[in-house]
Amino acid sequence: MKELLLIAVGSALVNNVVLSQFLGLCPFLGVSKKIETAAGMGAAVIFVITIASAVTYGVYAAFLRPDGLIGIDLTYLQTIVFILVIAALVQFVEMFLKKNMVSLYESLGVYLPLITTNCAVLGVALNNVSYGYNFLESVINGVGISVGFTIAIIMLAGIRERIEFNDVPHVFKGSPIVLITAGLMAIAFFGFAGLI
Amino acid sequence: MNKCVERVYNGIIKENPTFILMLGMCPTLAVTTSAINGLGMGLSTTAVLIFSNLIIAALRHIIPDRVRIPAFIVIVATLVTIVQLLIQGFVPSLYSALGIYIPLIVVNCIILGRAESYAAKNDAVSSAFDGLGMGLGFTLSLTCIGIVREFISAGAFFGMEITPEDFHISIFGLAPGAFFVLAGLSALQNKFKLPSATNGDAPKSELACGGDCMHCSGSLCASNHAVLEAKRAEEMEKAAAAKKAAAEKAAAAKKAAAEKAAAEAAGNKGQE
Repeated sequence: MKELLLIAVGSALVNNVVLSQFLGLCPFLGVSKKIETAAGMGAAVIFVITIASAVTYGVYAAFLRPDGLIGIDLTYLQTIVFILVIAALVQFVEMFLKKNMVSLYESLGVYLPLITTNCAVLGVALNNVSYGYNFLESVINGVGISVGFTIAIIMLAGIRERIEFNDVPHVFKGSPIVLITAGLMAIAFFGFAGLI
Repeated sequence: MNKCVERVYNGIIKENPTFILMLGMCPTLAVTTSAINGLGMGLSTTAVLIFSNLIIAALRHIIPDRVRIPAFIVIVATLVTIVQLLIQGFVPSLYSALGIYIPLIVVNCIILGRAESYAAKNDAVSSAFDGLGMGLGFTLSLTCIGIVREFISAGAFFGMEITPEDFHISIFGLAPGAFFVLAGLSALQNKFKLPSATNGDAPKSELACGGDCMHCSGSLCASNHAVLEAKRAEEMEKAAAAKKAAAEKAAAAKKAAAEKAAAEAAGNKGQE
């Protein structure tokens, strides 16, 4: 139990996926203009990464590992298999939500296609394998990472909404000030380094 | 031959993927802690880009349009795996320095972006040169950013120490430094009004994703594309209608003026 908690806190705060590992930067910078859209994106990321880390672990354990169903060491195929599994999974999730959970689809649907090639999803799957996590640890790691992403993107969106009212030097308007904000947030997140 | 040279020039200078198109930001920020890492990452991406463009362009008539994105992903992922195994075997130090970012070349926007926008429409040879140009542009910019960060954080140039330790600002080698360097770069582009994806007065979009198709390699957002296209068509129509109305007005005014002139002439004639 303690180990699981350490994994969750570690991946959410200490090794924050955006601010220290630079995964999922495109949505982090692109969809953080308003708190509402940022929260929607964060929710969709939590949803997809949690499912994806469970499914990719299952596929890895069942088919790719030498002690799996096929019995041959296929671990070198992990990149190809994972990206295909993730792409298919996002498509299925989208179709499922559209059919069965219309309200959830309406709030998350627009973000789902953006997530397919979000490097954070593939990054989490590959990290789970390289750290040798078991099923539960993989899922907890996925939840932790996506919660970390959500915290970071909502905070950035909140700051950006306030920057709108500030007198930013002309040269730094637009993306430079956002990048500097992200840099300062990254410094702040260094403060969590002593947690574990 | 000329076209090949033009593709390479286009990739390195005119449409530099990092400095001008602002694509592939994750590896750009993550691996540029030193010049040699940036160079290694750039060259690995170049290798993947050349062969993915070549293969996709060669297969462009065979791959059905509906499944082209998954097909592209499989081709790219295969090439990335090959490159990963080669780096692991021959340059283990680079492999451990780049780590997870080598398999993540698969989701680099530049590769799928070039496959979709160039290789799927052009012949194999010029696509390969397009990949070469884009790859070299990416390599060049990663190496430049790497040189700057390495110099500020460790006072070194490709590992050769230049300044004494008291002048090192080590935060530029860490995560925040990457953001600061890129912010500085982006600010310089704003200052000199250089062409860049970030300093154009991009029209604000109502789409949740910001309508930022340049940065979005989300292959499935066809609906968003459709909305954008519809909006663009509507705007065009409106503009055309406005133009037509203006033209009609002008014609009417002209006609009225001509009539007036004619009437005046008639009046003058009558007076005479």
